[in-house]
Amino acid sequence: MADVLNRRPPVVTLFAMGFVICWLIIAAFPFAWTVWGSSKVQSDFFSRESWWNAILGTNTLRVTGEAFTGAGYYGAWIATGFWRAALSTAIITTCVTMISLTFGTLGGYALARSTHRYRFAILVMALFFRAMPDITLVSGYLLPFFELNIWGYRATAIIVLVALNQPFTLWMMYSFFQGIPRDLDESALVDGCTRFQAFRMIIMPVMWPGVITTGLFSFLLAYNDFSVTSLILSEQNQTMVPKIASYLGQIQSEGNIMFAVAAVVSITIPIFMLVMFFQRYLVSGLTAGAVKG
Amino acid sequence: MPHSTFFRFMGPSLIAMFLFIALPIVSIFVQSLHVEHPQVVVVSETCQPFGGCTQTTSVDAGATAKIRAEQPLGQFNGLGTYVDRNHLAFRELKAILANSNGVGDAIALIYNLPLYRALAFTVTYTAVVTPLAMILGFLIALAVNIVPRMVKGPVMFFSLVPMLITPLVGALILYWMLNTEGILGAAIQHLYNDPNLSTRTSGPLTWATLMTYGIWTNAPFSFIVFYAGLQAVPRDTLEAAIIDGASRLDRIRYVVLPSLRPLVLFVLLVQLMDNFRVFEPIISFNASANATSLSFLVYSSLNTQTTQLFGSAAATSVITIGFITVLIVPVLLRVARELSAGTR
Repeated sequence: MADVLNRRPPVVTLFAMGFVICWLIIAAFPFAWTVWGSSKVQSDFFSRESWWNAILGTNTLRVTGEAFTGAGYYGAWIATGFWRAALSTAIITTCVTMISLTFGTLGGYALARSTHRYRFAILVMALFFRAMPDITLVSGYLLPFFELNIWGYRATAIIVLVALNQPFTLWMMYSFFQGIPRDLDESALVDGCTRFQAFRMIIMPVMWPGVITTGLFSFLLAYNDFSVTSLILSEQNQTMVPKIASYLGQIQSEGNIMFAVAAVVSITIPIFMLVMFFQRYLVSGLTAGAVKG
Repeated sequence: MPHSTFFRFMGPSLIAMFLFIALPIVSIFVQSLHVEHPQVVVVSETCQPFGGCTQTTSVDAGATAKIRAEQPLGQFNGLGTYVDRNHLAFRELKAILANSNGVGDAIALIYNLPLYRALAFTVTYTAVVTPLAMILGFLIALAVNIVPRMVKGPVMFFSLVPMLITPLVGALILYWMLNTEGILGAAIQHLYNDPNLSTRTSGPLTWATLMTYGIWTNAPFSFIVFYAGLQAVPRDTLEAAIIDGASRLDRIRYVVLPSLRPLVLFVLLVQLMDNFRVFEPIISFNASANATSLSFLVYSSLNTQTTQLFGSAAATSVITIGFITVLIVPVLLRVARELSAGTR
């Protein structure tokens, strides 16, 4: 009977194929265009005459003698110190991912194994916190942080991002741990392990797929953040996203919009790699909360 | 699990959430009741023998700094910030409703008030982008479900990128293409044969491009969730429907959609939360002249050249949280019910 479901007029398949290809172009073309354009000069990428200039690099050839130029990348990474922002992003995202995974794994495990009713209150509260726009909370941090003299440091941004990450991490690890049979750690308890021993020796070895998936999303949250990092970090600790935003303000005066283009391509590359290597985990993470629905 | 063990495991997470989510909510509420100290003004009179006396006013910077350092929260203002022109603007609203000529005029005047302007865009954005992105995502999922296997991998890959991309960066990439000097912007000008058509000057066009970005970046999430859901649609029911002579559309309407219902609610919840906080695209599109959102208002109160307007930012934040609460409480109650019924 299975082929009954797959029998369909070729018109339908053809139509679906066309639709999928259209979507592929819509999803991928902007990236291809920007990556290609980042190796051109401004008068090509933002050409007033013809967009063929952006493809062929007419003005780039005239100005630099070659069809490709790394001037944008040089200007961004070296001249305007984008490398410092990249370093800052690397430090912050690594710490945020590690700490929020540690907190979230412990919490998610407790939520999944507890039988008390207050765990529901915590879960619902976490969902409510998840709905708060980050920027509204940031407006509550600034004044206390100024007073405590902890504004501007990377450590402050890290702990704030960890906290903002928690609701999501807790829910994800909670639904993941629910999929691991209770018998596994309960038999360890019967054998005389403490709860923490059971967690460390029985659960930790089997929890890695869930941890990787959750870790990817924690990483992305810290990596993509703008509201916290732009307002809480001092200028020399700035991460990549606010750095790119700061280029936008200077574009008109200095004509260095190509720095921003190069920086945008640079910040996109890690996301591309992430999707390439971890596609399976990302998809499973997106659907995890949903399918249990 | 005993209480003590539970809280030992939950401890770090609970403390982090309490300190950096629950307390700040209280903190913005307190902040919103205060307003920055005015500058201390000194009036001095200088008298000259024949010219009479002249009064000059000057700002006493030292005294201003001192009073600000002593009371960083500012002076108590009650609900003053909430009702001023930049927020709920009750007095202005009353005046507009009393004096305006007709409904259109009243709406235009109300739209000039910053908070209502931001609210108009935020609500429109949420109301337009959420359903359209979900429909587009569903259509992609249906289409991908019937194309040959080898296409699926690349489609998944290229769909994940617009969704996971940094919002500020994704919006910039689209903005540069939609710019008058970018490829799509130039194409639009060419299409309408109007060399002055530009996203910078035209309000409706700014809204349209922002929402285009919203749909572009949100559709993949619906696609991936619905695609996973399609794999779980009961085959027996589908086959029975075919035998009963149900058409392709009937099958989608009466079999596929009902079985996706829980997923639709899940996606709806996530998308509502994410779209209501729309913020970064407005910065990327440099669109604040034509479109602002509630989150953007908070940001612009804090990101000032001179004194940061904490009171104003906090009042906008409290109002935003109020709207979110109204939006999300029905969902929270539902989740709470499901949790205690053990279906989740």
